[in-house]
Amino acid sequence: MRIAALIKRILLQISRDKRTLALLFIAPLFVLTLMSLVFNGNAVEPVLGVENGNKQIVEKLKEADIVVKEYNKVSNVNETILDHHLDGFLQVEDDKATITLLNNDPTVAKSLEMKVKQIYSKEKQIQLLGTNGMRNELSLQDSMKTDYVYGSSETELFDTFSPILVGFFVFFFVFLISGIGLLNERTTGTLERLLATPIKRGEIVTGYLIGYGLLALIQTVIIVLFAINVLDMVLVGSVWTVILINAILTLVALSLGILLSSFASSEFQMIQFIPVIIVPQIFFSGIFSIEGMADWLQVFANFMPLYYAADALKGVMYEGLSLAEIRSNLYILLAFAAVFIILNLFALKKYRKL
Amino acid sequence: MNETNTIQVKEVTKSFGKKVVLKDINFDIKQGRIYGFIGPSGSGKTTLVKMMVGMDIPDKGSIYLLGEKMPNLEILQQIGYMAQSDALYTALTGKENLMFFASLFKLDNAEKQKRIAYAAELVGLTDDLDKKVSAYSGGMKRRLSLALAIIQNPQVLILDEPTVGIDPELRLSIWNELLRLKNEEGKTIIVTTHVMDEAEKCDYISMVRDGSIIATGTPFQLKEQYGVHSLDAVFLHAGRKVQ
Ligand SMILES: Nc1ncnc2c1ncn2[C@@H]1O[C@H](COP(=O)(O)OP(=O)(O)O)[C@@H](O)[C@H]1O
Ligand SMILES: [Mg+2]
Repeated sequence: MRIAALIKRILLQISRDKRTLALLFIAPLFVLTLMSLVFNGNAVEPVLGVENGNKQIVEKLKEADIVVKEYNKVSNVNETILDHHLDGFLQVEDDKATITLLNNDPTVAKSLEMKVKQIYSKEKQIQLLGTNGMRNELSLQDSMKTDYVYGSSETELFDTFSPILVGFFVFFFVFLISGIGLLNERTTGTLERLLATPIKRGEIVTGYLIGYGLLALIQTVIIVLFAINVLDMVLVGSVWTVILINAILTLVALSLGILLSSFASSEFQMIQFIPVIIVPQIFFSGIFSIEGMADWLQVFANFMPLYYAADALKGVMYEGLSLAEIRSNLYILLAFAAVFIILNLFALKKYRKL
Repeated sequence: MNETNTIQVKEVTKSFGKKVVLKDINFDIKQGRIYGFIGPSGSGKTTLVKMMVGMDIPDKGSIYLLGEKMPNLEILQQIGYMAQSDALYTALTGKENLMFFASLFKLDNAEKQKRIAYAAELVGLTDDLDKKVSAYSGGMKRRLSLALAIIQNPQVLILDEPTVGIDPELRLSIWNELLRLKNEEGKTIIVTTHVMDEAEKCDYISMVRDGSIIATGTPFQLKEQYGVHSLDAVFLHAGRKVQ
């Protein structure tokens, strides 16, 4: 079997290249760990200004590791926050409370908002129970309003974009390594030499997809398991669905990587594809809100494989969607892969017409 | 017809962009002979042999190998090709390289092992088979490339400058083996070279210059025809006549 021979050779070659193996298996874990540390860091205690807060609330806030500064009669909340270097400001008026967040750092803002809301609701509930007994609880939800100095509530946490990161790393490293693998074969002349044997172009593409696909699959499983078990990323849906999404994404990355390698004449030129092909995909992957973009810009998202993968991953890991609910995303990814694979067959024609 | 034409090249023209690299090339190569294509570098030898292997197609004209029009995948089983520049997997050992290429041809396992041992022996690499190719010298790489070309026991050998960078002793032993393959196994061998003394060993030679064949014949015929004693002189005379 010529395909088997090709797969065996690819795996043998990679196994001799320890640096590439490390890049494939260890680098993504390293970067993911670093990111989770950076985003989940909660070393700094947030500073909250409070106006009209009663004793119990202030007490509770302090217990929740919030530095509380009490104020009377503040005319301009935003200016107070900026002048006094506060992370947020809580105003309590009768039944209503408003929290204004500096929001220069969404992570800090979100956790501060959550803590304050919880504490305020609890206090409110106790008060209500004391006076009126059972009152409808709906009003609790509305009893606190949130304002922001910067940004909006759309700014999200590591939890929501960590699924996207998993997909991104799978895509990025597989793209790079498979692309450079075939590129080396081109530049050293072994591809041409290979095509002077009766091997078919389809066999070369298949061999490459399976050979690198096996490596990529191992990488995917390692990244997913590491992210979930070691980094404690949220996983509401099924881990198998997550691995399936990533495996299909891998196929897209592989076929795109080896396709683009035919337009590069050196490793450096392969690296040049990163800002052109990889970086824009990050922008459209959902880390930044796509709905918020101009309409004409949103159209681009439809051409980005990572957009569909990220959407599916976020759906499964964060929202707990089932395989059936993200099925259409997988079909689109498979269509991408099919197109890239067919283009690969044509690209190899450059070396042999048959 | 007791002598079959193994290769027929008919009115072949090839250009890269505007540059015409081969102009109206015609020749037949008979089975069981060694043919040499001699010419300075850039004259079009590599382009010509690549088209014989089917890695490129002529702009005009056609090439037949063993009766089939090239390019043809089936025929590639019968062609042993050695490229001008060594194309080897340097992360693998010599043996792994041989094994990989052997697997691309229709060979059963026992035959594979036998051919690997034979090819390695022929080029004097038996003791170095387990070394990685990245640790090979230039000459050793050249020899491994030659071993790869004969791995599937092909009918036709097409060797592009096979002895460049190989020391005189081994060069002699390779030539002796090529002669043996021709005489005992009836193989057809095509060799390009820019070394005149190798051309002397060929049954027929064609002198290539600027994409044209300027003279063809046995070494003896050519020297006779131009009334000179060396092929070097033939080349100079023939070249002058063309200009
Ligand atoms: N792929 C190519 N693209 C453009 N020009 C080429 C290509 N291959 C060869 N040439 C040109 O064709 C001419 C003949 O080259 P080649 O066949 O390699 O000569 P030789 O093997 O006799 O040294 C040279 O001028 C070379 O620059
Ligand atoms: Mg050449």
